[in-house]
Amino acid sequence: MSKPKVVLVACGTAIATSTVVAHAIEEEMKKRGINITTRQCKATEVPSLAADADLIVTTTPLPSNLGKPVIQTLAFLTGIGKEEVLKQIEEILKQ
Amino acid sequence: MDSTPLNLLDLLIPEAIALNFTAASAEAVIRHLAAALLRQGYVRETFAEAALEREARLPTGLRLSGEIHAAIPHTDIEHVLRPAVGLATLPEPVIFRNMIDPTDVVPVRLVFLLALEQPKSQVEMLQQVATILQNPQVVSDLVTAQTLEEVRRILAQVMPAQS
Repeated sequence: MSKPKVVLVACGTAIATSTVVAHAIEEEMKKRGINITTRQCKATEVPSLAADADLIVTTTPLPSNLGKPVIQTLAFLTGIGKEEVLKQIEEILKQ
Repeated sequence: MDSTPLNLLDLLIPEAIALNFTAASAEAVIRHLAAALLRQGYVRETFAEAALEREARLPTGLRLSGEIHAAIPHTDIEHVLRPAVGLATLPEPVIFRNMIDPTDVVPVRLVFLLALEQPKSQVEMLQQVATILQNPQVVSDLVTAQTLEEVRRILAQVMPAQS
């Protein structure tokens, strides 16, 4: 089995929002047969953690030029546009 | 500590449920619910200020798919003694800033004030909150609920069956 892709999930406090988002992404990617691990962090910690990530998913604004793909979305909280975001995540992680 | 996953219904504190609450601002809503959680011994005295400070810096307003929008104010775990959730429903919206775009002003009529400890033990409750937010009918029912019993009944519908 290939090495799991790392998804860095960022929100304001790394407690509430990113917990929901990380859990949702894990479940959905498992369904799609994509091997991932998620890490949660505060938005302010992203620049120092981005190097090890294959993808960054955030619910709050982040600095630009992180050198990694970034998806900014509230879909896992509000449900709006969830399928599109999942497709986007899947495409990035399959590369 | 009990390690069983915590359910939203278990964490909602009756004293911190404000139905048909009239408030002039998001700050007033947060202060009202935080004061109730403080009185009941769930949070430290620093919680209200910390939640307000965090809301100013990293807002928690969410535009939902229906006509009613919500906010989930919360703050760092050091201000929390025991996990708890406060709920306010507002006949007239108050303004929260949008989590994903703080320049966007969101009229909010449903507020969940989250007093959180370790994330892993609360994932179930947080998912239940997300499930509610993703269901416009449930959001609408909650905002028009008149009694605690009604709130419990509405929430029970979205709780997964205990396995």
